[in-house]
Amino acid sequence: MSIYLNKDSKIIVQGITGGMGAKHTALMLDSGATIVGGVNARKAGTTVTHKDADGADVELPVFGSVAEAMKETGANVSVLFVPPAFTKDAAIEAIDAEMPLIVVITEGVPVQDTAEVWSYLQGKSTRMIGPNCPGIITPGESLAGITPHTIAGKGPVGLVSKSGTLTYQMMYELRDFGFSTAIGIGGDPIVGTTHIDALQAFEEDPETKVIVMIGEIGGDAEERAADYIKANITKPVVGYVAGFTAPEGKTMGHAGAIVSGSAGTAQAKKDALEAVGVKVGKTPSETAALAREILQSL
Amino acid sequence: MDLMEYQAKELFAKHGVATTLGTVVETAEEARAAAEQIGGVTVIKAQVKAGGRGKAGGVKLAKTADEAFEHASNILGMEIKGLTVNRVLVTPATPPEEEYYFSFLLDRSNRQYLCIASVEGGVEIEEVAKTNPDAVKKIGIDPGKGVDAAKAREIATEAKFPEPVFEQAVKMIEDLYKVFVEEDATLVEVNPLARLAGDKLEALDGKVSLDDNASEVRHPDHEEFEIREEADPLEAKAKDLGLNYVKLDGQVGIIGNGAGLVMSTLDVVAYAGENHGGVKPANFLDIGGGANAQVMANGLDVILNDEQVKSVFVNVFGGITACDEVANGIKGALELLGDKATKPLVVRLDGNNVEQGRAILNELNHPLVTQVDTMDGAADKAAELANA
Repeated sequence: MSIYLNKDSKIIVQGITGGMGAKHTALMLDSGATIVGGVNARKAGTTVTHKDADGADVELPVFGSVAEAMKETGANVSVLFVPPAFTKDAAIEAIDAEMPLIVVITEGVPVQDTAEVWSYLQGKSTRMIGPNCPGIITPGESLAGITPHTIAGKGPVGLVSKSGTLTYQMMYELRDFGFSTAIGIGGDPIVGTTHIDALQAFEEDPETKVIVMIGEIGGDAEERAADYIKANITKPVVGYVAGFTAPEGKTMGHAGAIVSGSAGTAQAKKDALEAVGVKVGKTPSETAALAREILQSL
Repeated sequence: MDLMEYQAKELFAKHGVATTLGTVVETAEEARAAAEQIGGVTVIKAQVKAGGRGKAGGVKLAKTADEAFEHASNILGMEIKGLTVNRVLVTPATPPEEEYYFSFLLDRSNRQYLCIASVEGGVEIEEVAKTNPDAVKKIGIDPGKGVDAAKAREIATEAKFPEPVFEQAVKMIEDLYKVFVEEDATLVEVNPLARLAGDKLEALDGKVSLDDNASEVRHPDHEEFEIREEADPLEAKAKDLGLNYVKLDGQVGIIGNGAGLVMSTLDVVAYAGENHGGVKPANFLDIGGGANAQVMANGLDVILNDEQVKSVFVNVFGGITACDEVANGIKGALELLGDKATKPLVVRLDGNNVEQGRAILNELNHPLVTQVDTMDGAADKAAELANA
């Protein structure tokens, strides 16, 4: 088991012919993920060729639209490597096609575009992960995004993180245990899938035994997750929050990582999580050690 | 990007919001001339990106042009919340009969927009919110629907704008929403929104924050709001080099890949510093996924130019990027910098191709470079070297 993504996931890539799209289509194929095609209206009818995990050539069709790609291939996941100016339209196209899962990797999407996509999504069947995220990996089964598949294998840890590199770091620290699914939800002020969504899914996933949740400064997603954990989560949760030393009013890399006045501080998030019984590490290594302790006692 | 008052007012005027632009000046002489031209009583207002300018003495009434000169001389060069005042805005004094508050902002928690309005007190809005929360109306805006004339009327009604200015309020709400969406703002605030003599509604002060992503994608004109000479010189240099850099007040320079990992690195260095004379991280610098020699050299160049920096911590987790590429980047950067590289470098590499990466640096055997295998251990070493 896993959350959102598994061995039956059939993935298309919106922006498959661009630089990032081509590079990561190859890496996703190399991980063993099932990629069934891509979308680029201007190159419809052509194909792109990459190697699969066994080194054999895979010829992928490029379609004119998401709807056509779904009809022809049965795709149920779309990964977006579309430039920020066109991300909103690409996401809406996928939502209109009733794509079950869209993973928006693109960094630099105007936040009002994301807000409009989120509004458009209401009452529809699509789940959106991102934008500005590394995507999602279910080790040994599938990869929709840019997380390196070589870091860790399958196991009992469910990981949800705002940050890509901290996802990688944590997977590396706990690679001897492995992961049910690791999901990077993105560092933008508005994202489609939140810590709470992932916590709920991990709670329901029988394979996940321990949940590691990584947050960072900005907004109140971690505080809300703490409330959710208190009311709904029975599995052990270990937390980490980055940005204790971030100054007020400065954006720290991620568009959403900003302390505004006294709101969005790392300390407030840590306090909220600890108040509901989540063990919070001071550093990524200490956080991994806390998770390790729990995993060894299972 | 946060705008100054005069810049916010320029955007207000562009979208039809009633406001008085006034004249922005950088010297007391120019302030005198501006006051003379405006005539009558004027207000001299410090232009800095900080609240509480009035309380800090940065806003003064001037009855004459000479008084304008005097106030401007005092205000220019003044520090407000650590920011030096380099320009003042001279506007006609228009004493409000009533003060209101109005804003549109991005509501992260609810993933929509929020309108906040109050007709009870403008500048003291935070106080009103505490003592009389019912007087502060909060109205959610669906980003898919926006604010049309009907919605603007609904907001004005709910906020209880008084009859004599009600229709003006409806129009102003519509226009302020245009500022919010057409300029891709994350905050548009009018405080105070004033009812002047003759029941004229006007934005007396304004605050606008723009979404940097949107400015990059579709508002090339927003570049003119950047005031280059006020940026930290190292931050300006980093920006020119396309680096994601924030200057901090510490001794350990930081380079890493990925925003989350770099934020985490700052924290780990600060903890380590507690055992080494209280040294702190000197900056945030995310060189992203690529981390080739040129990017690494650019990053090192910025950090080594920070006089406060005593040691540098390069913390890279090879995800997509392989550690051997990063190690070659460091090697290349040291070659590019030559004699300019004078401070000790602590390097922690982990992840993809880590063995090859560490081998490259071992072979380089550079006198300034120390390798430590763990993030916590490397942070400790960097802090120790910064405290030496």
